[in-house]
Amino acid sequence: MKAVHGLSKRNKSPLRIIAIFLAVIILLLISMFLSISIGSIHISFGTIKQAILNFDGSKEQSIIQSVRLPRLLVTTFVGANLAVAGALMQALTRNPLASPGIFGINAGASAAMVFLTVLVPSVSMIGGVFGAFLGGAFAAVIVYVMSSLIKGGDSDVKLALTGVAIQGMLMSLTQTLLIFNESKTEGVMFWLTGSVIGRDWGHVHVLVPFSIAGLLIAFGLGRASSLLSLGDDVARGLGQRVFAIRAFTAVVVIVLAGVSVAIAGPIGFVGLVVPHMVRYLIGVDYRVVLPMSALLGASLLLLADVLSRFITYPYETPVGAVTALLGTPYFIYLARRKKTERKA
Amino acid sequence: MSYMQTVNKTKKQPSRFKSVGLFIILSVLIIALSVISLSLGDINIPPLDIITSFIGIGDPDLTSILVEFRLPRILLAILTGVGLAVSGVVVQSIMRNPLASPDTLGLSSGSGLAAVAVTILLPLASPSVLSAAAFAGGSLVFVIVYLLAYKKGVEPIRFALIGVAVSAFCSSGIHLLISKANPNVNAALIWLSGSLWGRTWDQLIGLLPWVVILVPLIWLLAARLDLIHLGDEVARGLGARVELIRLVLLASAVAMTAAVVSVVGTIGFVGLIIPHVAKRLVGPRHKKLIPIAALLGALFVLGADLIGRGIAPPIEIPAGLIIGIIGAPYFLYLLWRESKK
Repeated sequence: MKAVHGLSKRNKSPLRIIAIFLAVIILLLISMFLSISIGSIHISFGTIKQAILNFDGSKEQSIIQSVRLPRLLVTTFVGANLAVAGALMQALTRNPLASPGIFGINAGASAAMVFLTVLVPSVSMIGGVFGAFLGGAFAAVIVYVMSSLIKGGDSDVKLALTGVAIQGMLMSLTQTLLIFNESKTEGVMFWLTGSVIGRDWGHVHVLVPFSIAGLLIAFGLGRASSLLSLGDDVARGLGQRVFAIRAFTAVVVIVLAGVSVAIAGPIGFVGLVVPHMVRYLIGVDYRVVLPMSALLGASLLLLADVLSRFITYPYETPVGAVTALLGTPYFIYLARRKKTERKA
Repeated sequence: MSYMQTVNKTKKQPSRFKSVGLFIILSVLIIALSVISLSLGDINIPPLDIITSFIGIGDPDLTSILVEFRLPRILLAILTGVGLAVSGVVVQSIMRNPLASPDTLGLSSGSGLAAVAVTILLPLASPSVLSAAAFAGGSLVFVIVYLLAYKKGVEPIRFALIGVAVSAFCSSGIHLLISKANPNVNAALIWLSGSLWGRTWDQLIGLLPWVVILVPLIWLLAARLDLIHLGDEVARGLGARVELIRLVLLASAVAMTAAVVSVVGTIGFVGLIIPHVAKRLVGPRHKKLIPIAALLGALFVLGADLIGRGIAPPIEIPAGLIIGIIGAPYFLYLLWRESKK
């Protein structure tokens, strides 16, 4: 908990923050290179450079242009969106277990997407995105209200358990809906685990505008998030309009997570784990935590995606399964650690 | 803690008359649902024809539909409900944790993961190997969850949260294995959410001995369960061999869950919810609780299967999904009630 609220913990020195920023940017560049280069056809650094400098339409270059590059962009922005959404939620709720996945936003957005594809098969991608916003918002409100009805005890853990139950119900509903539209089931099952396979420029054109707008607004909320993470009273005392900021932040979170789910499915654990790593590295000033989460979230999802191409080679594993396998142990660690600290 | 309060709260013990009456009502309901379930399907068979078929003077075609396809499915639903509900009663009492159940402890998903792994890696393995693997997987995951949740005692809600997280981990594993080996979505859905579709007598007979032997065994130990439920010291003071009985009961619960899961997949929520409903009806004494929970469990799974088949025929919705949609809200209600104590 201390690491989250961090009153007692000094922020790291500016020099260290700059050094870590540089390191993460280098990590991001390496991940991007790996993401372009590794796959069923290996592409060398030279070819990538050629494709950027003078595109000549060779086979490898068109793979880069039509397959790898859109996938790279989708993965990068989805990773950044989910990590920033997670960081905002953890600041807003002062709950280290908060994330778009735990709060049911991912599951709600997925249920809405599946609902739309079954009922209105002709729905456009943009229509799907707005459906995902609505579904995500709806699920988040339900989880929040339910968990605040459950009085007493450890509110963080209760929120998490409520979220898990709502998620379970939404997943059952989603799968039930799927049965009514079996022709689409195979693709959607893959999508439901969270996947970036086969994303094209059409997806990029929908994802990127929402993401850039959402991320920039989120970065602007850095100061307010730092204050909110100190507690409502402190924030109010320092002249923040707590309710307005909360509502606004919630909207930004839903846009970031909703558009990501609409494009790549419910990829879990990025939003939970990345903010913890960032706060560990550079402290609790959300003006730097938020951009840093974006960079690290993008790098990690890119790396998980590269890994997903190997696990069941030559088949590709949905990247959501990879993040779940890597993220669950960390979630358990967090749930355990909190107990020790409270007892101590 | 809260459990003791539960015991004290239910001061007035329902009369023996009431629980016997309840037992009869539930049995009649199960038979009624079974008959409805037998008669509904691609071909609707009126109840009268069902009776004539079973006494051997009916239309042979109808008889073979009934005996080969519909009857095993109904019996399987009943065994599944009984097995999961009784396992749920046992783990909740032993752990003195109202949020414990085969699924929140990770027993179901651990068994499921092991069963899927065996099915995919050793397609020729016999059903007994499958059951053994499911048992091993369920036990292993239970031990892992327990160790992870343990720190100077086990707090019910944290235990459930860690159990759910480990279950999610196992579900991802099931997903991975299935997407690698067999891109058949229906197979994946069955393992992940539980279904009674297309089961045969072979599978039913694999499950039958577990339930028929273990449920009476657990029922015989009902008085000991009452003692353990009161607390280790009380039980030990009254001369119960706590550790041994606990181990036997827990192993029975794991074995029964594993046997069910290796046949119908990971059906959740039955073992969590049914014991609470049963407790409200007949109080916390296990001698009454176990039979009533068994019947309620059978009724619940049978009903869910019937709803899943009846909503939009010929499409079948797996029973596990129906149970999930009904079960999750009830789970939240339990959490809310637990928090008020």
